[in-house]
Amino acid sequence: MLKIGNFTFNSRLLLGTGKYPDFETQKKAVDVSETDILTFTVRRMNIFEPQQPDLLQQLDVGRYTLLPNTAGAENAEEAVRHAKLAKASGLCDMIKVEVIGCKKTLLPDPVETLKATEMLLEEGFTVLPYTSDDVVLAKRLEEMGAHAIMPGASPIGSGQGILNPHQLDLIIEQAEVPVIVDAGIGSPADAAAAMELGADGVLLNTAVSAADDPVKMAEAMKLAIQAGRLGFEAGRIPKKRYAAASSPMEGMSRT
Amino acid sequence: MNVKLNGEWHEIPDHLDDVRTLLSHFQLDSRVVMVELNDTILEKSEHGNSQLHEGDQIELVQFVGGG
Repeated sequence: MLKIGNFTFNSRLLLGTGKYPDFETQKKAVDVSETDILTFTVRRMNIFEPQQPDLLQQLDVGRYTLLPNTAGAENAEEAVRHAKLAKASGLCDMIKVEVIGCKKTLLPDPVETLKATEMLLEEGFTVLPYTSDDVVLAKRLEEMGAHAIMPGASPIGSGQGILNPHQLDLIIEQAEVPVIVDAGIGSPADAAAAMELGADGVLLNTAVSAADDPVKMAEAMKLAIQAGRLGFEAGRIPKKRYAAASSPMEGMSRT
Repeated sequence: MNVKLNGEWHEIPDHLDDVRTLLSHFQLDSRVVMVELNDTILEKSEHGNSQLHEGDQIELVQFVGGG
């Protein structure tokens, strides 16, 4: 069970809803992922096209907890506005703080992220900040009251996997709130690795939506996260410099 | 009356005098729409009693795919 603030979830996979080839594929991918949490973002409506498909209806979102993000916000104030707009839907009070500080790398702005987190906590949101893998910043966010910490594995949409497992390990070790590895996951191996490090969950989007077969990849990610978690709970063996035979040396039959 | 809708000025019929009527005019009433009227974000329950006036700035936003 994954507990974030007052919410409890069966699945440790948080799934993004961007960049799928079509609604049908997306719906199937979401179904097989068995996720409980879907992320969204807030954008202007095209008011002159009322017939445009409604993502929320397509995905039957009543079955999921909505985690809107503040993507596009360039500072804390914009992030808070996005969060309040999302909350005005009456459908959610969790928010993923995402304040980007660099257009090329899409890396989060640590100062504005910290500020936005503080402001949103004061407003009563359940706050999940997307942050860099900085250990001290993660601590500061937790001390401030963030309900989960979401360090990136590598830049958003890059699929580079976990670039600095040591930093993630330290963040996980010190955290008393859930740590969700968010952004940069490329393959099921990356997701499993994050879980084996002891992450409480993984948030991914492009790795599934842009895969050759998003539905199959959604299932692969679900299984990888489950396997990684089981492996973490089971406790892996320490690495040794030399071999250690797994078959007994005694009783060897020789002619 | 002339109002600014999602960043562009539009002439809308005068009988669209509150947010709920405006949403219904644009056939958006069955959708999840979040409304900001002159920098104030409205709860859904406030749509019916939020009066529109000449020169108002209205933002109508929705959830779209994102990660």
